Amino acid sequence: MDGPLSQVLKLSHGSEMLISVLVGLGFGWALERAGFGRSTNLTSVFYGRDFRVLRVMFTAIVTAMIGLYFLDLLRILPVSSIGILDTYLWAALVGGLVFGAGFIVGGWCPGTSIVGLASGKVDAALFIGGLVLGSVLFTLGFGDLRGLQDAGARGRVLLHEALHLSSGSMVFLVALFAIGAFAAVGRIERAVNARGGASRAAAADDDISAAA
Amino acid sequence: MKTEKPFWNPYAAGIVLGLVLLASFVLTGRGLGASGTFKHLGAAALHAADPTWAEDNGNIGSLFSPTRSSLDAWIVWLSVGAAIGGAASALAAGRFRVELLKGPRASREHRWIAAVAGGVLAGFGAQIARGCTSGQALTGGAQLALGSWVFMFSVFGGAYAVAWFARRLWI
Repeated sequence: MDGPLSQVLKLSHGSEMLISVLVGLGFGWALERAGFGRSTNLTSVFYGRDFRVLRVMFTAIVTAMIGLYFLDLLRILPVSSIGILDTYLWAALVGGLVFGAGFIVGGWCPGTSIVGLASGKVDAALFIGGLVLGSVLFTLGFGDLRGLQDAGARGRVLLHEALHLSSGSMVFLVALFAIGAFAAVGRIERAVNARGGASRAAAADDDISAAA
Repeated sequence: MKTEKPFWNPYAAGIVLGLVLLASFVLTGRGLGASGTFKHLGAAALHAADPTWAEDNGNIGSLFSPTRSSLDAWIVWLSVGAAIGGAASALAAGRFRVELLKGPRASREHRWIAAVAGGVLAGFGAQIARGCTSGQALTGGAQLALGSWVFMFSVFGGAYAVAWFARRLWI
């Protein structure tokens, strides 16, 4: 095997779409079990109270990264054979800031809002309406916005290429960074929650207890 | 209050989510994603209103083909799966409930408006960055794509910068 299964086996469009549904089932299940079907769980990371979002996200990235680069090393799935995302530095920076603002104001991100809607959350349905509207507004203004979407185009750049390291060293450094982040956010959580006092803890109990 | 199953340990949930992402790389060579689905939904609406304009638009024109519905796309099917998987998990855990989630001090009306406004910002930002927390941060993060790491730190930066102003919604 020297590429993704769908290419090696030359799967039909229908089979590929069926695989996407199956991957989606796992995606939705994992997000819901992680506690990401509640906007109040998602936003508490931004008030230093519960870093569940960061823990899940960094663990997922490290897990998939180790798996992917291990398969690359074994020549089972060369990294070059999958759809590596191109880098647009300024677009990522500006888009990320706008997206982050939307995340804290709206309480969801696109993937989690699907799971929120599927578990009955009214605010997720409203957020999804906003997502469609925001995408449409961008499309309507695309003539003026095209330059922003292309800003800082660098093509395919991987972190270890930019830093002139081997992929193995980079994987190790990212994993180390994640472990350091886990230790740091644990300390922040303890400080914030100790300072918060009993009254606030009681008020927020409904939101945070489920995540404890 | 009904008894709900506890959420998974976050590290265990992260490992499962990471394995789902890895499976997606192995099976189709694509990662995960979500914002693309909402782009497709908006594009389909614009196409219904004015097919010629939509097909000529630089952002969405490439989504349309004469042979297949624009909604018959891998990311839309992935989201269909995510909705079914999420609903199944919520039902099995006793967590399915129609409700509006908000902080203790927020009014319902403010939360409604904020949910829509936040969605507009997130949808717009995801279009600038060509992806969201799933399609950029998670997928590109695991690939070690430079732009995806810039995006991830930028998302946290934007959210922390606005968190103080949005505090009455959540705490």
